[in-house]
Amino acid sequence: MIYILCLIFFMVGLYGVLVKKNIIKIVLGLIIMEYAVNLFLIMLGYREGGVAPIISEGDSITEFIKHSVDPLPQALVLTSIVIGLGVIALMVAICIRLYEKYGTFDITEMRRLKG
Amino acid sequence: MNMIPLFVAVPLAGAFIIPMLSRKFKWFPDVLGNLVTLALVIMSFAVIGKSGVYSMGAWKAPIGIVMVLDGLSVLLLVSINVIAFASTLYSIKYMEQYTSKLRYYSLFLLMLAGMNGVVLSGDMFNLFVFLEIASVASYALVGFGCEHEELEASFKYLVLGTVASTFILLGIGMTYGSIGSLNMAQISEQISQNGMNNALLFAIALFIMGFGLKAALVPFHAWLPDAHPSAPAPISSMLSGVLIKALGIYTLVRFLFNVVGVDERLLMILMVLGALSMVIGVMLAFGQWDFKRLLAYHSISQVGYIILGIGLGTPLGILGGLFHLINHSAFKSLLFLNAGAVEYSTGTRDLQELGGIREKMPVTANTSLVASMSIAGIPPFNGFWSKLIIIIACVQAGRPVFAALAVFASILTLASFLKVQKYVFFEKLKEKWNDLREVPALMSLPMVLLALLCIVMGVLLLPIGNTGVLENINILEPAVKVIMDGTDYASKILGM
Repeated sequence: MIYILCLIFFMVGLYGVLVKKNIIKIVLGLIIMEYAVNLFLIMLGYREGGVAPIISEGDSITEFIKHSVDPLPQALVLTSIVIGLGVIALMVAICIRLYEKYGTFDITEMRRLKG
Repeated sequence: MNMIPLFVAVPLAGAFIIPMLSRKFKWFPDVLGNLVTLALVIMSFAVIGKSGVYSMGAWKAPIGIVMVLDGLSVLLLVSINVIAFASTLYSIKYMEQYTSKLRYYSLFLLMLAGMNGVVLSGDMFNLFVFLEIASVASYALVGFGCEHEELEASFKYLVLGTVASTFILLGIGMTYGSIGSLNMAQISEQISQNGMNNALLFAIALFIMGFGLKAALVPFHAWLPDAHPSAPAPISSMLSGVLIKALGIYTLVRFLFNVVGVDERLLMILMVLGALSMVIGVMLAFGQWDFKRLLAYHSISQVGYIILGIGLGTPLGILGGLFHLINHSAFKSLLFLNAGAVEYSTGTRDLQELGGIREKMPVTANTSLVASMSIAGIPPFNGFWSKLIIIIACVQAGRPVFAALAVFASILTLASFLKVQKYVFFEKLKEKWNDLREVPALMSLPMVLLALLCIVMGVLLLPIGNTGVLENINILEPAVKVIMDGTDYASKILGM
């Protein structure tokens, strides 16, 4: 069920990217998409009442595995957040340069390339 | 010593050393950039015929991240690094028009590290990380000129590329959710044991969409004709020559053939996508008057040939597809370098403005003639052989419609390149180009190099596997074998 919410979240972002004309809103749509995927990854490793996946001395491994959440998706999400940060920084930088050149954020007015 | 990680480490180190040291020495980026790519070319020739697995941090396969070198990776590595060397050589003079060589080389090497990483990675998420490294560097390089068109193209490419990456990441998440592993070999093993389920099918759809967008297959091609012409010429040649192949075709083929294992439906999807790109790409190219934009549309069409050949699923079809892949990277990079040379000398890319510059720029004209004949499929150039194989394979596989489409697209390609040759190089010299000069030697050298490659690459087809002397340059057959073996990939990797 919660996965479906993630997908709806994803679709909201995709809708923003596809429909909005303001480039800042397109960037926001991409951010929403990225976060939806991050949320999805985190949900994959989640389990109700789970403990942090850090094993300490004296824990039995079999007991630990039954209770801990899956650490791998958390590592993936960390990486993907960092990648997302880089992409968004570049995107916003390009938006600023576009605004300097065209004097507008409206994507329909940036039409030098066609064919 | 194990050379596999060096393919990523060397360009990555270069990318960070260049900005550190080149504030003091102006010549430093040129020298180091070219040395790094030259070293990579030598390394990639040294690994021809070899295979191996490298476990990062010495964690073994299913737990740790592995890098895998096999026939298919070698094929891609060789073409990536050869084209990269030609491009950096060309950049020495060409990039003097732009402001910052230091940033250019740094981004270039980052992109190279990303691409080499993608073709070597044996882990889904690691592949995604390298794919993003290469993509982010290429977004920045497309917008390198920082003028209206470049920024617009870069933004478009960035948005579509990020959407593609997000789809791929979602697909990776789906795969992990239903398999519980990210190692390609282990995923493949689990799928062959437990069969498909709906989550995996959804993931496959996401991957076809994401990787298809990176490869610019037809329904997903909108960004390519803007992005490739806007980049500086050596970058266009990298993007069209190898980036779409490493990030799009290689990943798609690796995932579909080696990880999930193909069936009729998937092959059909590949073939239809390939045929669509082939025909629509060339038709769109027909009406173009911008030199580089025309070439970019032809990239879409040629990628269609590659996907069609591989999608046939027969050994001959795959051979044709892969052969066309390396051929295309040679002649399309050459054509983009030619377009860059024309722009460097004349300052325009408009076909109608140019004319008759053949007598003024003989090297550019002759190399571009070679490349045009290769892409149009005129014997004895390399493009002819690969197209011929693809068409024969189509007929053999009982798909005459696709064969007819391939012939049709090939004729249109020929017509379109006759137009380029006529308007740019032949005809009468226009008044205003009377004092035109040939490009500097450092720019013509890589063009001549690539033109020679176009001529001699037909040799790769000869049955040289058993003759001893030339055994080492046989890079096609192992690659075909990797794809044909399909999901046996898993047992090899886990066994090593």
